[in-house]
Amino acid sequence: MAKRLDIKDLNIYYSDFLAVEGVSMAVEPRAVTAFIGPSGCGKSTVIRSLNRMHEVIPGARIEGSIALDGENLYAREVDPVRVRRQIGMVFQRPNPFPTMSIHANVIAGMKLNNKRMSKKQADEIVERSLRGANLWNEVKDRLNRPGSSLSGGQQQRLCIARAIAVQPDVLLMDEPCSALDPISTLAIEDLIGELKQDYTIVIVTHNMQQAARVSDRTAFFNLAGVGQPGRLIEMDATEKIFSNPTEKATEDYISGRFG
Amino acid sequence: MTDVQTPVDIEASLAGRKLTHGKLPRYTPMAVFVGSLVLVGGLLAVLGSFSIPLTVFLGVLLHAVVLLVVTRMVEGGRAAKDRLATTLMYSAFGLALIPLISLMWTVLQNGLKRFDLYFLTYTMRGVFGGMDAGGAYHAIIGTLEITLFATLISVPIGLLTAVYLVEYGPTRLGKAITFFVDVMTGIPSIVAGLFAYALFVLFFGPGVRMGVVGSVALSVLMIPVVVRATEEMLKLVPNELREAAYALGVPKWLTIVKVVLRTAAAGIVTGVMLAIARIIGETAPLLLTVGVVNSANFDLFDGRMMTLPVYVYRQYSQGFAPNGITTINYDRAWAAALTLILIVMLLFAVARLVSRFFAPKTGRR
Repeated sequence: MAKRLDIKDLNIYYSDFLAVEGVSMAVEPRAVTAFIGPSGCGKSTVIRSLNRMHEVIPGARIEGSIALDGENLYAREVDPVRVRRQIGMVFQRPNPFPTMSIHANVIAGMKLNNKRMSKKQADEIVERSLRGANLWNEVKDRLNRPGSSLSGGQQQRLCIARAIAVQPDVLLMDEPCSALDPISTLAIEDLIGELKQDYTIVIVTHNMQQAARVSDRTAFFNLAGVGQPGRLIEMDATEKIFSNPTEKATEDYISGRFG
Repeated sequence: MTDVQTPVDIEASLAGRKLTHGKLPRYTPMAVFVGSLVLVGGLLAVLGSFSIPLTVFLGVLLHAVVLLVVTRMVEGGRAAKDRLATTLMYSAFGLALIPLISLMWTVLQNGLKRFDLYFLTYTMRGVFGGMDAGGAYHAIIGTLEITLFATLISVPIGLLTAVYLVEYGPTRLGKAITFFVDVMTGIPSIVAGLFAYALFVLFFGPGVRMGVVGSVALSVLMIPVVVRATEEMLKLVPNELREAAYALGVPKWLTIVKVVLRTAAAGIVTGVMLAIARIIGETAPLLLTVGVVNSANFDLFDGRMMTLPVYVYRQYSQGFAPNGITTINYDRAWAAALTLILIVMLLFAVARLVSRFFAPKTGRR
């Protein structure tokens, strides 16, 4: 499990619009990497290109390379579906499948792929994943209830359980707490701390305290102006970024003197 | 603080900011309504020109005016407008209900005369003149078979078209398809019948009469309705669900089959039912392609079949019988009309159950 990602000279386009330019970075395994930066700077675009979700949008494409343990994800013979099986994703808004129970939502990754498994196996995966997402104790008595019957924070943890049920190598989280209250946020932050033992985690967040709390390394993105492409300004150990950043733009942003 | 307010200004602004205002009792609209009716009715009776429609019409008018004035005096202008809008909406609702209730009433009144188990289980074979016999069994069989087969043709084509339009995007081909689907919606049903007939003549020669020709004609009418309904339903499926499935490494086709179509299933079932309701009463194309027959024919691929709308038309066009029960043809036509309405209602009841079963589980029951 837990593989590293190497991004080199990444340019990302929406049709003709260059949204992100010249990003190169390494994402270390078994660590949490946080992406911070103002809105529109391309953090979400970058994270979505890491598991080839970017190209789901019509007209979207990239240049450059992203390698998972040395294997280029954008090589011609790579199947994006296989990439997504190894690099899971949790979205900003919790999105459990509304037609499925909690149980079915957790094993959706297998179920939707028509993978055969015994009931015992399925139950094991459900319990392991829900325990992994710190949700088991809250839902173990109502696994057959619809996933949408849970609260927002529980739904988001259900989505995390669903993502880790397929045992990916990397877990991408695109602002996973922005729709949640502080208590649910705390639960998810604790969970991220536990998950990094086994997974490579990339998290996009607008909350700088959160980046400081959960991440080992932080990447700061910025854009020169409206209509300009976003760029990676600097990336370093989180303590360094938040105490003594190299770039002035980073310091301005984290200290609130942005713009 | 250059602008000093006079005491009068403060008084006025305070009056405008009061939270309370006059309130009429809750039964006011009802009381005014009943009062208006009684008043108008009484007045008309005195004048000697009493009639129910006129009373209701003038009563509603008086009700609207009185309520408007009373509310305006007690509760103020905004509440008066609210009452007026309410009156308008209820009147429009009542007006829309009149034809529906009148239709149901007429069909029930005329149809029940001959509507019984005998009517549902006997054909018109060997029935002539004013004989106290004959039923619509063969027409029910024909309608059910032809409609079912038309549905079997239309639903896969319509569903796949809609999936293409929504999931595979707004390409130039997609736009062309949308345009032609819209054009198809406007095809007159008799033209659809002619088309199906001409198509089968190519293979079977002139004079071909088969149930399946009718099914093809009906599916020409049904496909655009299914496409439109399904398209709208698929567009309602949130993109987040598609992305959630993709992010789990689910291929696009499985995402469409197991997430998108599954989530939209309830709406699609309803859409298909509406399409069936649209075509089950078609007469012209069936008269042209399937023809008329007096005995039961279960074989869609061989020979003429009777259908309920054509049966209604046929019976009605025969007019009074020369002997026996002279109105028998009209009675049979109404009974068949009632049967058709009942079939549609039954289908909708089943569709309701099915779509409830498929509906996304929401809430915290």
